[in-house]
Amino acid sequence: MAVVLDAGQIDRILGELTAQIIGASERGVEIAAIGIRSRGEVLAQRLSGRLSEALKRDVPCGTLDITLYRDDLNSPQGHAQPQVRTTDIGFDIDDKIIILVDDVLYTGRSTRAALDALIDLGRPRAIRLAVLVDRAGREFPIQADFAGYKTDAGPGKLVQVNLVESDGKDEVVID
Amino acid sequence: MAALKRKGRQTKWGHKHLLGLRELSREEITYILDTAEGFEQISTRSVKKAPPLRGKVVVNLFFEDSTRTRNSFALAANRLSADIIEFTKKSSSVSKGETLLDTARNLEAMGIDIVVIRHEAGGVPKFLSRNIKACVVNAGDGYCEHPTQGLLDVYTIRKIKGSLDGLKIGIVGDIAHSRVARSDMWAMTKLGAEVILVGPPTLMPGEVGRLPVQVSYSLDEVIEQVDVINMLRIQFERLGGNPFPSIREYSHYFGLTVERMKKAKSDILVMHPGPINRGLEMESEVADGSNSVILEQVTNGLAVRMAVLFLVNQAAAMKV
Repeated sequence: MAVVLDAGQIDRILGELTAQIIGASERGVEIAAIGIRSRGEVLAQRLSGRLSEALKRDVPCGTLDITLYRDDLNSPQGHAQPQVRTTDIGFDIDDKIIILVDDVLYTGRSTRAALDALIDLGRPRAIRLAVLVDRAGREFPIQADFAGYKTDAGPGKLVQVNLVESDGKDEVVID
Repeated sequence: MAALKRKGRQTKWGHKHLLGLRELSREEITYILDTAEGFEQISTRSVKKAPPLRGKVVVNLFFEDSTRTRNSFALAANRLSADIIEFTKKSSSVSKGETLLDTARNLEAMGIDIVVIRHEAGGVPKFLSRNIKACVVNAGDGYCEHPTQGLLDVYTIRKIKGSLDGLKIGIVGDIAHSRVARSDMWAMTKLGAEVILVGPPTLMPGEVGRLPVQVSYSLDEVIEQVDVINMLRIQFERLGGNPFPSIREYSHYFGLTVERMKKAKSDILVMHPGPINRGLEMESEVADGSNSVILEQVTNGLAVRMAVLFLVNQAAAMKV
């Protein structure tokens, strides 16, 4: 098990992602952050806080549950059952730039599910993908717009993002 | 840490059929209710549909009349992108003498995935679940169970009161002929509520002494104590003999009137599984009053039924 990012490095990456998002944003278009449950939710909250502070206006934050949009619901799942939770987006996504936030981008399947889920909620001006860890191994033609740490950890590895809010401490480990 | 990640993905629901609430644990019932919360928002957003049952076929196999439950299941299946076949006794080969099992096997041969069944005989859903491969969801069997009604009732109470632990709940009316009362009682007591069955002795079931409930023959005594009151419909179609001298007398002793409501707690929840006999078991002013959650029950029923269809299908996929 190797710690590849500690709390300080995660903090710095979030700062860089914030700057990149602001640099790429069009004037006069509202931005909102939406995190994919559950670690993406925490990261989206942190990013929306940083974006609100830097832009001196409120950047709303929401949480997306993608369970109903997964592509493996009807394939034999063994005993790993994804649990349906609530989607909690308290604002209208129409015409906004949505920063979709996840902890790790790997196969691209979660992102595909999230895109479908978002489109059922409205018609955003654009959806951009921001991830803390960009891991090689894409199975879908999906890439991040804003990516922090890049790794080519092999298929047998587990890339685990731990965050204070959900796990007690900030770190990324590869196992 | 890896264990923590896996923890959220353990099997919490392993039943490919929902036959009744009696056999479920508190944890399993809670899991259905938690799942239903995730389905509530589908009905309020711009696209009122999600894809988890895409390509699946649900049959509404109703041998008894129903509007609410049948439509609710149909809409739930539609919202999850399943295809639905409506089957009613009157317009089918059952009227030509086809047996239940033949009907079900013929439907199964068409490649159905979930059967939602209502039948006047208790135990039919269980019988069906043993004889066909599809998932079976009980939508009411005889006087036995109506599990999705029980679930939507406890869901409605939990949503407003936060928890059922320690609540006192009165179920009033024709208990003997009520599958709703039975499913309610199992769900409510498992979730920690105290249940008092109220009605004339002639409408109490024979087994009442063996149930985990109290019994009262006086609504006036019970109304002051309870946090929730569930008024059952008098089911004229099921009543044999003369269980009470007259409708007026029943209404006098067991109807929920404006006058009786004055004795109730100010935040009492008034529930009814519908359809209401207005003026009989409940006065209109009470049914439409501020304590009534009757229409919330119907709305919540949709989320609960979506959750049930989703979960039985998930369990079926797991066991392939």
